[in-house]
Amino acid sequence: MPPDTLDFEAPIAVLLREIEDLSKLPSTPERDRAIEDLRTRVESIRIDLYAHLRPWQRVLVARHPARPTVLDYVSHLFADFIEIAGDRRFADDRAIIAGLATYKGEPVLVVGHHKGGGDTAQKIQRNFGYARPEGYRKALRAMKLAEKFGRSVVVFVDTPAAYPGVESEERGIAEAIAYNLREMAALTVPIVVVVHGEGGSGGALGIAVGDRILMHEHAVYSVIPPEGCAAILWRNAERKVEAAEALKLTAPDLLRLGLIDEIVPEPPGGAHADGAAAAALLDEPLERALRDIGALDPDTRAERRYQKFRQMGSVGITGE
Amino acid sequence: MAWFKKTRQPIKADRASRMPEGLWVKCPGCSRVLYKKDLGGTLNVCPRCAHHFRIPATERLGTLLDHGRWTEHFAGLASTDPLQFVDTKPYRDRLAAARQATGLEDAVIIATGRLDGTDVVMAAMEYGFIGGSMGIVVGEKLTRAAELALEQRHPFIVVSCSGGARMMEGALSLMQMAKVSAALARLDRAGVPFISILTDPTTGGVTASFAMLGDLNIAEPRALIGFAGPRVIEQTIRQKLPEGFQRSEFLLERGMLDLIVDRREMKSTLALALRFMGAGAARRPAGNPAAPPPLPH
Ligand SMILES: [Zn+2]
Repeated sequence: MPPDTLDFEAPIAVLLREIEDLSKLPSTPERDRAIEDLRTRVESIRIDLYAHLRPWQRVLVARHPARPTVLDYVSHLFADFIEIAGDRRFADDRAIIAGLATYKGEPVLVVGHHKGGGDTAQKIQRNFGYARPEGYRKALRAMKLAEKFGRSVVVFVDTPAAYPGVESEERGIAEAIAYNLREMAALTVPIVVVVHGEGGSGGALGIAVGDRILMHEHAVYSVIPPEGCAAILWRNAERKVEAAEALKLTAPDLLRLGLIDEIVPEPPGGAHADGAAAAALLDEPLERALRDIGALDPDTRAERRYQKFRQMGSVGITGE
Repeated sequence: MAWFKKTRQPIKADRASRMPEGLWVKCPGCSRVLYKKDLGGTLNVCPRCAHHFRIPATERLGTLLDHGRWTEHFAGLASTDPLQFVDTKPYRDRLAAARQATGLEDAVIIATGRLDGTDVVMAAMEYGFIGGSMGIVVGEKLTRAAELALEQRHPFIVVSCSGGARMMEGALSLMQMAKVSAALARLDRAGVPFISILTDPTTGGVTASFAMLGDLNIAEPRALIGFAGPRVIEQTIRQKLPEGFQRSEFLLERGMLDLIVDRREMKSTLALALRFMGAGAARRPAGNPAAPPPLPH
């Protein structure tokens, strides 16, 4: 398979191989036309495949190594980015980045998980996006800085989970996430959350409390990874495809359940197919969210943020 | 030819006890065989080695609230299975079985009562109900309880006993962590006491939300407390975890708990803590949390 094609993209992979083979031949009008035809077919198959993705396929797309990272969105949409490091307590966790930036001429704070993209060294440095307690504490420290100076916060969510290791437990990963949930609920400046990749359970939610929650078309957001769910409930991690269906973890599911506000469309073939186009598609919803939320007075905003989370779950409750 | 058949009494839905059936029980802590009646007198703590047996939510409330009396709230709230979740069996069946076994609609009881004379709102989680897991009903009940405590300015006490977020309600369960924590933010800002009591086990999304947010975080001895499950961590690090990892004593040493309290001392400890907190919070003028309470006459 050509690099970066997923299992379910096999029909595309075959055509891409044909294109590759043809490209090695000397250029003739016939060859060029054949390549052009194949490219057109690849595009139409891709559009068709991505219009009908099953939940597990979305998990694969959301985890794609070429999926844009927070820093890709920053470089396309934000200016004057200055990254800030450290939780002022223990360490700097590279799995979560924070920084000062300018968006549409306004200073904002950017926070986001970073899995390391497609580069092995960077993946290791960023612990594959599995943040430790100090990452959550850095994120909140940065958000309090935004609060102090009256700046909006934009959060990018993309993590498999909080790091399930010994040092995470030793340094209080549960406390770090819990404290963020409580403090973000009460933060006095606007918070817009963009779930653009993998919304991995408490590790995602730990920086994802906000006034408006945007979610990319092929992103996923789940209480547990499908593999983990399958291992526990089916006692077989291979039942992950069924678990992904059952968990209702896709953007349309979350919208229907009242857990997100808006779906951000992705370019044909997913955000990883064209990072610049993906960023361009985020621009309008993000600007609109910041404008709408920023226009509210702080008391109204606080009450709406509270009520937003307050109603979550009401869809499935009966009785008194 | 049914003369040898026993007449079966219909099984009454009783609030399940985690104590095994029978007159005698072998203590998992010291392996001694204990007479169950004796355990009742020690709040189900082994008199020899202080092993804390897991107890049902009703019994918990009975040990902490004056005269073992309380008023239950929001008892009728129930899940409709919003995801229509099916794994090896339908979630609906699991819910029905849990309701039958515990006599509860879901995994937490919200109570108001008095603790050493102080009005409190207390929540106790029921491990016998799908592992005490937090889904939308647990999240809703805890949020309502926190709001009730805020409205009445009565201290809020939660006794956790839970494996974490409930998978069968998907991301709806996950969001309960944020929902309950947002209600606790309001309690915090209003200066109303919140005490978290962590019992065996308290893990996952419960630990990573309200259970770690107490003005005081108090654990029972040797309780398993953590975020990730021990097996998940062992898979990550590919080695066995040391003895005592993620137990109360480990968390205390690492700075995550205020204190570890024997169940037999829990009520008196809570009474002292509430006294410190001026609970009494009701006497404090609203909107001025820094003002000292008026002196008693
Ligand atoms: Zn014993």
